Amino acid sequence: MEVKVDLKSMKHENFKDNEYIEQLVKELREGGTNVIVGVLDDVINWGRSNSLWPLTFATSCCGIEFMSVGAASNDMARFGFEVTRASPRQADFIMVAGTIVHKMAPVLKRLYDQMASPKYVIAVGGCAISGGPFKNSYHVVKGVNEVIPVDVYVPGCPPRPEAMLYGMMQLQRKVKVERFFGGANKKEKTPEKEDK
Amino acid sequence: MSSIYEKIKAIVPDVTIEENGLSMIVVPSKAMPLVATYLSEKESFDSLVALIGNDWGESLGVVYIIDSTKTNERVVLKTSTTDKENPTLYSVVNVWQSADLNEREVYDFFGIRFIGHPDMRRIFLREDWEGYPLRKDYDASPEANPVPETNEYNADTTISLQEQEDGTIKEEERVIFSPEDYVVNIGPQHPATHGVMRFRTAIEGETIKKIDPVCGYIHRGIEKLAEGLTYPQTLHFTDRLDYLSAHQNRHALCMCIEEAMGIEVPERAKYIRTIMDELSRIGSHLLLYSTLCMDLGSITAFIYGFRDRDKVLDIFDDTCGGRLIMNYNKIGGVMADIHPDFVTKVKNFIKYMPKGLEEYHSLFSGNVIAKNRMVGVGVLSKEDAIKYGIFGPTGRASGWANDVRKLEPYGVYDKVEFDQVVLTEGDTYARYMIRLKEIEQSLHIIEQLIDNIPEGDYAAKTKPIIKLPEGNYFKRVEGARGAFGVYIESKGDKTPYRMKFVSQGLNLIGAVDHITRDTKIADLIAIGGSLDYVIPDIDR
Amino acid sequence: MFDFSTITNWIDELLQSCMAPWAVVLVEGLIIGVLLLLLYALIALALIYAERKICAFFQCRYGPNRVGPLGLMQPIADMFKMLIKEIISIKDSDKFLYGLAPFLVILSSMLTFGCMPFGKGLLTLDFNIGVFFIMAVSSIGVLGILLAGWSSNNKFTLIGAMRSGAQMISYELSIGLSILSVVVYAGTMQTSQLIAAQEGTWFLFSGHIPMVIAFLIYIIAGTAETNRGPFDLPEAESELTAGYHTEYSGMHFGFYYLAEYLNMFIVSGIASLLFLGGWMPLHIPGWEAFNTVMDYIPSVIWFFMKTAVIMFIIMWFKWTFPRLRIDQLIKFEWKYLLPIGLFNLLLVTLMTVFGWHF
Repeated sequence: MEVKVDLKSMKHENFKDNEYIEQLVKELREGGTNVIVGVLDDVINWGRSNSLWPLTFATSCCGIEFMSVGAASNDMARFGFEVTRASPRQADFIMVAGTIVHKMAPVLKRLYDQMASPKYVIAVGGCAISGGPFKNSYHVVKGVNEVIPVDVYVPGCPPRPEAMLYGMMQLQRKVKVERFFGGANKKEKTPEKEDK
Repeated sequence: MSSIYEKIKAIVPDVTIEENGLSMIVVPSKAMPLVATYLSEKESFDSLVALIGNDWGESLGVVYIIDSTKTNERVVLKTSTTDKENPTLYSVVNVWQSADLNEREVYDFFGIRFIGHPDMRRIFLREDWEGYPLRKDYDASPEANPVPETNEYNADTTISLQEQEDGTIKEEERVIFSPEDYVVNIGPQHPATHGVMRFRTAIEGETIKKIDPVCGYIHRGIEKLAEGLTYPQTLHFTDRLDYLSAHQNRHALCMCIEEAMGIEVPERAKYIRTIMDELSRIGSHLLLYSTLCMDLGSITAFIYGFRDRDKVLDIFDDTCGGRLIMNYNKIGGVMADIHPDFVTKVKNFIKYMPKGLEEYHSLFSGNVIAKNRMVGVGVLSKEDAIKYGIFGPTGRASGWANDVRKLEPYGVYDKVEFDQVVLTEGDTYARYMIRLKEIEQSLHIIEQLIDNIPEGDYAAKTKPIIKLPEGNYFKRVEGARGAFGVYIESKGDKTPYRMKFVSQGLNLIGAVDHITRDTKIADLIAIGGSLDYVIPDIDR
Repeated sequence: MFDFSTITNWIDELLQSCMAPWAVVLVEGLIIGVLLLLLYALIALALIYAERKICAFFQCRYGPNRVGPLGLMQPIADMFKMLIKEIISIKDSDKFLYGLAPFLVILSSMLTFGCMPFGKGLLTLDFNIGVFFIMAVSSIGVLGILLAGWSSNNKFTLIGAMRSGAQMISYELSIGLSILSVVVYAGTMQTSQLIAAQEGTWFLFSGHIPMVIAFLIYIIAGTAETNRGPFDLPEAESELTAGYHTEYSGMHFGFYYLAEYLNMFIVSGIASLLFLGGWMPLHIPGWEAFNTVMDYIPSVIWFFMKTAVIMFIIMWFKWTFPRLRIDQLIKFEWKYLLPIGLFNLLLVTLMTVFGWHF
């Protein structure tokens, strides 16, 4: 079965390295798809993928470029990313824009925990991906995936706004192929009830 | 300098002088309070430019660079202690207020405790951090300090060392927040702190009672990293300190190295550097306009500012290949020649920008709500600006003429004519207006230079391996948000022995508590926006 | 002009003929309820889209244009997303009040929405204290906001809620005074009669200066009442992250989001009811031909057009002005708006008594 994950903004062929998303679709569709649930899934995923609200979060340089993405010349509002929420409860994905250091790591983890499922993470820039130029530092976390699970990586130092939009569109595609009624919406297990 | 030395020698006989790049007056640690008081009160050395901790192997110590705002003279002091187990020095906070956070930084990095400092806590690293990272014998293995998983605990009390009458040193506990205080954490993830700054704010209703800034959420240990890299390799860190004045920062480091090496920079490179510096100043001030407006709730003005800033970034993009972080200056000149379209694009921008400024004034500067929010809010007097070491546009808005471009001209600033904009109100509105006025001046500078870029090389030939002669070097430039200094101590190797970036941000943060006392929460946002600090510049 | 009561009466008679009276009331109530709910959701979605587009055009941007033609499906996508988002329950919060708060807000705006005169004969609630009822139920909203802030167990929400409480209660006075001016001028509180009284000329024109003042006060106070910029302090993003609803996620937050837009519609709707004649077409005494032409435009369109114009002005405020500070906000109300409102009430009374109006 040929897999095509198109967006209105960009056709499947125009994305680079589609093997990843094809692989993901294959894995997800292994058990077959229930027709009714599948259609419902499609509708819901259409809504979810077109309404991804970012959390206003930035630690350094990449944050300024992220502001550029929202400004007039790049205008992420076109794709429905417009409503940047300052409260993690209302955001759908977190753009980790900038270096994460030891002191920040628990804060980032906490922010991620505060977000409501389904939630996604985009690691923006070299620092967030691997520590970047500060990899050898005593105080820098070597990639945010040590702290929280990452869905999309956007390389660059800092990535251009176009690259960030591309990364966000990749996230849209990922959301589009997920199955909401398959448990894909909830990544972590509900913690065991603690006795107080 | 020598006359000052004589004068200090007269009160403290056992001072010596070290001529090594910078001529340093070595003061015994016991005599430091006396010398400091003398310098500030009798000789009008009132502005502490830099306070640099260092580990010289057998001793730990501090280098002070102090300027006089009246005579523009400079004196460099050095004091040290050989006790590495429990190093203590005397604090100069009561003489120069800007030493406050800087001494905490030295404590954080070197473990030197300052007697008389009111608040000896770590500033960048977590309170449970093991070791002092900038010491030469620091154990940097990740096992010593793994990535923490628990939230940080911040004590409400702090330790202060006080010297008793009989000469013994006693630890005193000081209270930061009492249990009755209603403390709100503004940050680290907060839309108005412009990054990951955290203000522990005690409020009463909407009124701010006290602010305790907590830095270090983006502390990357750049100064330690730089000690392990060759000089050309260290250049890229400067762009990532204060990314909004990337050109100026890199300019400072390049100049410092060039001066130490005695490299003559071609005239063309100087012109290009100056134009680029001014362009990034415009870009940075436009960003301040944008973010300040957004903080005050005017989102349309934010987008307008960014629209125009993108034009500056496009010019950078053509020539340097980067929008925000350009990596353009290099030792001896610039990385590449200017793009063929550069001159025309810059000229178009010079024509375009004044119209943009007019639009800003009609949209925001003249707005009655904006004026009410900013006029008279967060007043910083000239004396306080000097005391807290607030350089740059913020200091100039308080009436302190401190433009490094005028005081110590570099690049081709001595060949152009421009005004140093100085306002006297010192409130948020003055800090806002001075940025827009400086954009006009920057345009004026570029206008004079853009047609006269001389032909020739854009970079001087340098040796493949750059080794700085032994000595101490210090160089300042006027960054977009104030004086940006680079201090290099070289032992003659390919790598610096100590590289310190003297940033403006830490002093700005030091003044926040003073400026925001008894204002409203909303004022904190406006004042913070107008102070224009960049967090990675503070934390380094 | 087409009177919608012919349709409603026909349905009523149809039902009367085949059902017991209590069943008729039940069925009619159900139909109206469903219709209002549908309209409520539709208007909210349309408003979200409109605001995003208008704001984008103010800011030299395109705004949403990928989802559906011209981005028209954007709010629907948002709604889908919001519906399936997890609703987080917070440790150490007052669970009952926390759950109740968004419903209070939506309840208040629903009840007020029910009083809107959508067109000739399209009045759901019309009784002799109509305007008074609107004022009363719209005040429930502040309770929801206060409870939200209080029950979330969060310092930001608490500050946001306190700000909101102070702000809404203060500005309600000004709204009340300007509504009172209209009531004094018209001599009635009943919605239908208020509209009927504006058949000749709208109150804004017939009442000239005092009515214009009352209108301005109403618009300013109404903007404050809906917590929109420049009065958006309770949810001031740059100060209090998201204000009183910081801790709400999923559809709970969606309720606040919807209610915010709907409240804007309601404020504009009441403004057009009180000052611009509700669904009444623009009539100029003496210009018979003009008036007849105006009468051809359906009443529903008149109402929505007037409301839309006022909403556009309110949006214009938000996307132009910076935010006030809390003390300035309260000062503005108590030192300027309220005294002017009181004085204006006196003026209106004198004008009505002595007949100094058109």
